[in-house]
Amino acid sequence: MRMDITDFYETFFEEAEELLADMERHLLELDVDEPDVEQLNAIFRAAHSIKGGAGTFGFDVLQKTTHLFENLLDHTRKGELALRSDIVDTFLETKDMLSDQLDAYRNGDEPDQEAFERICRTLQQLALEEIGQDLEGGAPPSKPEPEPAATPEPSAESQAADSAADGGGRRVVALLGVADKDRELLVEELGQLGEVIEQRGDQTRYEVVLESTISDDDIEAVMCFIVDADQLEISAEAAPAASEAAPAASEEAPAPSESPTQAEPSSQSAPAATSATPPAEPQPATKAPDDKVPAKPKSKAKAKAKPGGSESTSIRVSVDKVDQIINLVGELIITQSMLDQTVSELDGPANGNLVNGMSLLQRNARDLQEAVMSIRMIPMDFVFSRFPRVVRETAGKLGKEIELVTEGESTELDKSLTERIIDPLTHLVRNSLDHGIEMPDDREAAGKPRTGKLTLSARHQGGNIIIEVIDDGAGLNRDKLLAKARENGLNVSDSMSDDEVWQLIFAPGFSTAKAVTDVSGRGVGMDVVKRNIQGMGGHVVIMSRPGEGTTIRIVLPLTLAILDGMSIKVGEEMFILPLSAVLESLQPTREELYAMAGDDVVLKVRDEYLPVVAVHEALDVAGAKTELTETIAVIVQGEGRRYALLVDDLVGQQQVVVKNLETNYRKVPGVSAATILGDGSVALILDITGLHKLSRAKKEARRPRRDADSLEAFSVNELETSS
Amino acid sequence: MNQTPEAAMAAAEAHNREFLVFSLGDEEYAVDILKVQEIRGYENVTRIANAPDFIKGVTNLRGVIVPIVDLRIKFHLDKVEYGGQTVVIVVNVEDRVVGIVVDGVSDVMTLSPDQIKPAPEFGVTLSSDFLSGLGSLEDRMLVIVDIDKLLTSDEMALVERVAE
Repeated sequence: MRMDITDFYETFFEEAEELLADMERHLLELDVDEPDVEQLNAIFRAAHSIKGGAGTFGFDVLQKTTHLFENLLDHTRKGELALRSDIVDTFLETKDMLSDQLDAYRNGDEPDQEAFERICRTLQQLALEEIGQDLEGGAPPSKPEPEPAATPEPSAESQAADSAADGGGRRVVALLGVADKDRELLVEELGQLGEVIEQRGDQTRYEVVLESTISDDDIEAVMCFIVDADQLEISAEAAPAASEAAPAASEEAPAPSESPTQAEPSSQSAPAATSATPPAEPQPATKAPDDKVPAKPKSKAKAKAKPGGSESTSIRVSVDKVDQIINLVGELIITQSMLDQTVSELDGPANGNLVNGMSLLQRNARDLQEAVMSIRMIPMDFVFSRFPRVVRETAGKLGKEIELVTEGESTELDKSLTERIIDPLTHLVRNSLDHGIEMPDDREAAGKPRTGKLTLSARHQGGNIIIEVIDDGAGLNRDKLLAKARENGLNVSDSMSDDEVWQLIFAPGFSTAKAVTDVSGRGVGMDVVKRNIQGMGGHVVIMSRPGEGTTIRIVLPLTLAILDGMSIKVGEEMFILPLSAVLESLQPTREELYAMAGDDVVLKVRDEYLPVVAVHEALDVAGAKTELTETIAVIVQGEGRRYALLVDDLVGQQQVVVKNLETNYRKVPGVSAATILGDGSVALILDITGLHKLSRAKKEARRPRRDADSLEAFSVNELETSS
Repeated sequence: MNQTPEAAMAAAEAHNREFLVFSLGDEEYAVDILKVQEIRGYENVTRIANAPDFIKGVTNLRGVIVPIVDLRIKFHLDKVEYGGQTVVIVVNVEDRVVGIVVDGVSDVMTLSPDQIKPAPEFGVTLSSDFLSGLGSLEDRMLVIVDIDKLLTSDEMALVERVAE
């Protein structure tokens, strides 16, 4: 009979978190003068759903807070409470409080009682002032309410009904339009809550007669995990054969069809309000059903206005499972390539069917891979949606007027990257608001509209996603940056290009803000922002024009699991270069190679001298071409710098599945990861910056000895004479 | 094996452990069979640059990248050849999968606790820290390797230490 409810905690927390996020979005979008009824309904629904869950799981504080909140929202959506922007602020504050409470429960703590009482008082106050009404029920225990209705204990009337119901509350649970499979599940659940006496009906209306001591609220809450509230109708068993409790119950409860809105919020003054108060202490679902629980015979048919279609059909799957599928599909692709290779060696015409089958398999496998990869992709909306709040609050604190524009919310990005981009992006946005956009008066003086504009945009470009934070503020001040850099002891010169000057803001401990505000200006962070973004395989570009604004552009790879690679050969070994890093490749001529300081070599490409990194040397590959002019120079870019990698051969381009080397081994210098090639062998993916460092370290280590070997390997001797 | 009554056998068996016996040159070594995931041939190993010489590289074990360690090089054996007999024992150590190259796998032995003698302090190349003992089996001697300690030791350089 016992259901282990703790199994569902995580589901509830996740769901509640999503609901709160939704709520916030709607609150922020809300037009105060002309609120959209749909949005008000959505906010109300979110609060209501959280309340239901909180009640089921026995999260009292959360339940009481949402209860108050819900009632206020109900007045709002009925137009009894006129919205003002400060009311919306209060609502937002309440939403934050709910998040805090949720976090506390998640960590196994009790929420902050003081904060809870404060928010309750705020909400009560609001209700008293705005609609001249007290919110019924759910008051914090510390704040005594004059009316008995406000105390969480069931009133005398409902207690009378309870005692009757305790003798055996028999009621009809009707399932409306529930599919057969779900129905079986529901009936089984009901069986856990009490005794199923009878079941009848068809798919459109299926009735289950249940003998149980559990309250309707709790039955509903349990069922709501599987069906929508409006698919459920709970009423007292009307049949005379029912226990003595039944008549008492049906007396008090209106017939389900008569209560078009949910009974709770609509009943404001009637004694029914008392029974609307959810049982405060015993949460039957968390305990054994035979606990003494006030069963509420009140009907809770939720035929309330709940426009369908707002809920998207989705399922919650753990990331581990998705990753496992991605891995398996990766394996499939490798196996398919292996087969493909074997088949290509066969006689084509004689094995026509096999060849056709193989090409079909290849197409299907690729499609499958794409589809699976897209599971991990989520729209940038997930990230952008939190910024209206950030901007609103930051702008408020700074006394600036700011309009936020978001573009390309539907652009998709790998989930792991989306999560990691939030913090750096928040930092950049705060920075733009604080340092970028000027005060309204200054803006007016500069002939610009008072309201500053901050644009967040996302778009795909090649295999990358480009995220931009654009402000129309004053732009970066070159002289100020340089002066500040000198003050900080950085090595700068006036001849530095704008680009280099802009990059200075990413230097650790660098801030040009005149005063440290609580928004930004401590100079901590921009360097972290840059590091984080580089950690994700991306880079940051800054464009700025004095008086017109600044654009900070983040370029990120779409996913970390799959890489467009260029396979190269050095000696007999195959390596992969990330295609995104490859700019071009060329055959170096003697005239373009210059020796520097003995054994350093640079390659001149279109007026630019690039350091030469011989892959065979950095990675000790035997049997590679050592004559520089016979090799191929691949011009690559890593962390903003360009290098010329010397390789023996370019083999081709292919998509590779990135495999972590550190799972079973350790980090290897010059190598970022590994992958599995079509023939089943492992190829290492090169890390360009690491490779350059490695090659320098090797030269460094060899320098004191200066043996003829190393010089020969690089054939610098000849170069020195030729240049 | 002595002929003992079945009940006594069962009691003794509770403490008996099974070992996979492998050879490195003329020496016989043993590892706890519960650590062994599988045995496969030596093939298709991708070299890793700048790694110690006994780390032969990495290979693809059904989609998992697994490092391969040649114990013959690690133990400074004279003859290191790769042929049809060369096998890789894939072991599971601290949630990691590692392949070790040996000259051959002979059999699985059950050793009772009294057949395992403590290892003497002897090795320069193979510290007794990495041994769980010596197994004596009539005229044979098995060097029982504590594969967990050996493969996660600093000198194997297989595992990155947090301090690094």
